[in-house]
Amino acid sequence: MAPFDIIALLGKSLGYMVYLLIGVGFGAVLEMSGFGDSRKLSAQFYLKDMTVLKVMFTAIVVAMVLIFSFSSMQFVDFSRVYVNPTYLIPGILGGLIMGIGFVIGGFCPGTSIVALSTLKVDGFMFAIGVAFGGYVFGESVSLFQGFQNSTYMGRFILPELFGISTGLTVLLIVLMALVMFYWAEISESFFGKKISWNDIPKLPKNIVKIIASALLVFVALFTLISGQPTPEERWNWIKNKESKNLVQRSVFVHPGELAEVMNDTLFYSTLLDVRNETDYNLFHLDNAKRVTFSNLHDPAYIKKLIDVPDNTVVVVMSNNETDAVKAWKLLRAQGVMNVYILDGGINRWLKIFPLKPGIATPITVEAKADNEILDYRFTKSVGDTILIASNPFTEMKPTDFKLQFDRKVKMKKKKVITGGCG
Amino acid sequence: MNNSQVQSSKKRKPKPYINPYLGGALLGLVLFLAYFFTSAGLGASGAISHVQVALLDVFFPHHVDEVGYFAEMAGGKVNPLDSSGVMMLIGTLLGGALSGLIHGRLKIETRKGPNISNKKRWIFAFIGGAIMGYGARMARGCTSGQALSGGAVLSVGSWAFMFSIFIGGYALAYFFRKVWN
Repeated sequence: MAPFDIIALLGKSLGYMVYLLIGVGFGAVLEMSGFGDSRKLSAQFYLKDMTVLKVMFTAIVVAMVLIFSFSSMQFVDFSRVYVNPTYLIPGILGGLIMGIGFVIGGFCPGTSIVALSTLKVDGFMFAIGVAFGGYVFGESVSLFQGFQNSTYMGRFILPELFGISTGLTVLLIVLMALVMFYWAEISESFFGKKISWNDIPKLPKNIVKIIASALLVFVALFTLISGQPTPEERWNWIKNKESKNLVQRSVFVHPGELAEVMNDTLFYSTLLDVRNETDYNLFHLDNAKRVTFSNLHDPAYIKKLIDVPDNTVVVVMSNNETDAVKAWKLLRAQGVMNVYILDGGINRWLKIFPLKPGIATPITVEAKADNEILDYRFTKSVGDTILIASNPFTEMKPTDFKLQFDRKVKMKKKKVITGGCG
Repeated sequence: MNNSQVQSSKKRKPKPYINPYLGGALLGLVLFLAYFFTSAGLGASGAISHVQVALLDVFFPHHVDEVGYFAEMAGGKVNPLDSSGVMMLIGTLLGGALSGLIHGRLKIETRKGPNISNKKRWIFAFIGGAIMGYGARMARGCTSGQALSGGAVLSVGSWAFMFSIFIGGYALAYFFRKVWN
């Protein structure tokens, strides 16, 4: 499923050819739109020629509508699309500086390359300037490294900021762009062609523009109505590949291994307990967090599990395994890395690392209709206070337990996609 | 197409630019294809930096290894030109030249306002470029890589960045009106 990593798919030389072709398209379109001409670009700032705004926002809106409608039709997995990470304040300051550079120099880096390609001397001088500015930045960034890395918010998109759906965001941006285009036309007539206000036609008449606008709104509405893929739908994308990890039990960690991981300073373990609140309060592992299935459908919650250091191990657990497996599927479907399941659940854990006598007694469950039942009867809620059971290796050495198990935890790194400007 | 374009095209004889909305739609399509096939968007300034560091590496390889920012791109045996971004940059040059050739705009000239000399325009272009190059590195991307690409995938930082460019430009436009008008 798209998006593809063309270099992984075709190899480096063919993959590079695709990048080259994309570049050819990029350069040609910019040149055809007049972006190789500094006078046309700078006129944007004097409201005489709104080409920059029109081209840029049309491009953003068209690409956005394509990406998210493809995502809602499940042709593109948006979670694997590179989204420029947000470093808010350095981004804003960098943008202000660039705006100043734009007015003085008449280009942005990409357009100066296009100007240079058509032998414009000012484009050449500007591109040399860009390289020089980048050099000065490289020499000086160590002076303000803290600032440069400040206000980091990771992969942070507008729907999360506004707390609305992706489809609604797409529709609102399309509508905003159409309103902007309307005012851009009026501004060009007024400031550029110096037509008096009363003579400027206020209603759009061009039938092609009206049809194109309607088409954009229609696709945005379609994206809104069909919604973005649910975690369950996304599980179906990876079902064939991931199911064998369940069948071969390569993601089930023995309680002994989990105890090791919990006490290994090289790992950062995140324990997710999907049982009900009562069972969780009766007993849970040291530092285990209770999560509900609605948490596991919440993009904001999942994001916190994705934006983690590479040495993070996520282990999900239920009383037995059924619910933990369900949670595991949801987490994997949403791209959380290094997720494991506690083999045999809390019941098996308590069998191997028993509580002190008198607190929990095993109950014999005759016919288990629901296999997610805690096999112990507790005389009191202990939470994670009974240290030996909730984290056995804090008071005893691993060897004291004489455990035998296969180690399953193998750390995988997130595939890092970098942007075109990286 | 507006009247001024027709007039200037008669004077210089190059073909007129295409309708900006059509250009934008085509650019959006190229951007979508970039995301579809490479998982990432378009860009230019990063590749310019790679070329700059490659040059620096020829003359001062030790310095490149010492400065962390350069070493990331060209430290030790890493070849800064061996990058997908540089391929895209070469493509951009080819595409621009090709379109310029077809539309009769491939010629040595300096585009400037009527009230300044060529030399002044070149100096302003260099200074503006340097400011923009610096800002682009600070913002981790240029108008194409950050505003255009990040904007299409709804990155909050990219939208904040995009508005900042326009604010910075409009705030200073008055003071540089002689350069352009």
